[in-house]
Amino acid sequence: MRSTTVNRNHGGFSLVQYVTCLNGIVWREALRFVHQRERFVSALVRPLVWLFIFAAGFRQVLGISIIPPYETYILYEVYIAPGLVAMIQLFNGMQSSLSMVYDREMGNMRTLLVSPLPRWYLLFCKLGAGTAVSLLQVYAFLLIAWFWDIAPPPIGYLTVLPALVLSGLMLGALGMLISSGIKQLENFAGVMNFVIFPMFFASSALYPLWRVQESSPLLYYVCLFNPFTHAVELIRFALYGQTNWISLVVVFCCTTAFMIGAIYAYDPSRGLVRRGPAGGET
Amino acid sequence: MWRRCLLPGIAGWLAAVTPAMAFIAYVSNEKSNTVSVIDTEKWTVTNTIKVGQRPRGIEFTRNGKFVLVAVGDDDRIEVIDTATQQVVDSLPSGPDPELFTQDAAGKILYVANENDNTVTIIDLEKRVRVGDVQVGVEPEGMAISPDGKILINTSETTNMAHFIDTATRQIVANVLVDARPRFAAFKRDSSELWVSSEIGGTVSIIDPAKRIITGKIEFSIPGLRREAIQPVGIGITKDGKTAFIALGPANRIAIVDANTHKVTKYLLVGQRVWHMAFTPDEKYLLVTNGVSNDVSVIDVAAQKVIKTIQVGELPWGITFAQP
Repeated sequence: MRSTTVNRNHGGFSLVQYVTCLNGIVWREALRFVHQRERFVSALVRPLVWLFIFAAGFRQVLGISIIPPYETYILYEVYIAPGLVAMIQLFNGMQSSLSMVYDREMGNMRTLLVSPLPRWYLLFCKLGAGTAVSLLQVYAFLLIAWFWDIAPPPIGYLTVLPALVLSGLMLGALGMLISSGIKQLENFAGVMNFVIFPMFFASSALYPLWRVQESSPLLYYVCLFNPFTHAVELIRFALYGQTNWISLVVVFCCTTAFMIGAIYAYDPSRGLVRRGPAGGET
Repeated sequence: MWRRCLLPGIAGWLAAVTPAMAFIAYVSNEKSNTVSVIDTEKWTVTNTIKVGQRPRGIEFTRNGKFVLVAVGDDDRIEVIDTATQQVVDSLPSGPDPELFTQDAAGKILYVANENDNTVTIIDLEKRVRVGDVQVGVEPEGMAISPDGKILINTSETTNMAHFIDTATRQIVANVLVDARPRFAAFKRDSSELWVSSEIGGTVSIIDPAKRIITGKIEFSIPGLRREAIQPVGIGITKDGKTAFIALGPANRIAIVDANTHKVTKYLLVGQRVWHMAFTPDEKYLLVTNGVSNDVSVIDVAAQKVIKTIQVGELPWGITFAQP
């Protein structure tokens, strides 16, 4: 076999084997993405509804303040665009975790987990594939938003890419961590209520934090310590060719922590999945 | 679509690689009694000059050596030396001077005195008052025809654009416009005179030869009451193709196709946008936002607001030296 003829490294496996594994997982996600067109459409419709309808009614929410990275007054649509980009990634991350629960119920996960490659690598590949899908969704959204006069500087479309990768990994890792604790697909509704909505609304996605501080100092601190706020701000600054260093550090640390948590949780000898999977996975 | 993507991209790239020329703008701050000096290379205020009370109308002299600023509550026009950036002299006007304009040679200054219903004529070389013209109540907008023969003054309460013969210094025609006319501007080819009406919410297009209104520009911004849209300052590009209208408390600049007189776009700027001035190369348009105490910078070609700069309290007028 080919795998026996190549040089082995990386803990007993060759680079080719690692790439083959990555290719397999990414390809599966890509096929799933291509075949589930309604998923792609719904991923776009959700932020567009917020942009076209919600933003129209909240034009005055920004007041008269100019907040970085903006250098002049902006319309509300322009303000919430980075928040909606992060929302796409948040939903995508959670959807990936939903698919992992589904895979576990259907028994597909066993096929993945019996791979001899390290568990952390398998999870990282899965995470990378989910992030790549979210990037496609985000750029499709930004293209539509451009016709809605939300036009950051052209270089911003490039500088936002690393920020999107990092925030996509963070939200994907969070989804993965959560999925390890969900025993049944039906429980996923709880994720919507206890994770997605609080994370999205208690953040700077829809309103600037100084506005939140005006109405509730407590809520301001909740928003400030919400990793999603920092994902939004990281994307917002990067879209205008700038770096928000605090958000970068927070997002990086959270990504690492969530990833370690997910690897731990999916370790059959220690993790949460050992506690008795439901459905078809035994 | 590709064209729409490509052109701004190329324009942006060219703007990035071509060093922009630096110009100096002077902004009158009505409430803080100062003039802010803005360097367009750094886009920051580089100096603040203390002037008399209630500075409003502001303009460079034709030779570019001085800046004239009407200090209404001191009933005079102050002269700022651009080399030292200090007030060095003053000119006599009537009570409460607000806006003024010069003849093409820069020898005669015409000043609208808001509280005296007169236009004062000042000899800039001798620095003396040489005459007055009685006009309507609360005169404000001032414009001189490109051939220098006709001076336009708008009177806020009488709601008229007065046509004054500069040779005889007599009113030769009056055109009734919508309520509270604030500002007047000629197209460079003299084909049209534009007069903004603050309360009427319109800009009247007047044929200067026939002295009749030939059209009106109206404005409509989704989500804003009609009363909040109050046109004031007008800027028309040298080629006469595009005009920018400041809409006061609507916090918007309307971009108008100056040939069809249709509004093509609204740009969000600061609160109570009032007057404006182009950089001499017409790359940028700077507009004063009275209530938010700042000046917004518009990229004329891209038709985008690129920056907003904090200045003094209640910025009113703005001027650049014209080459």
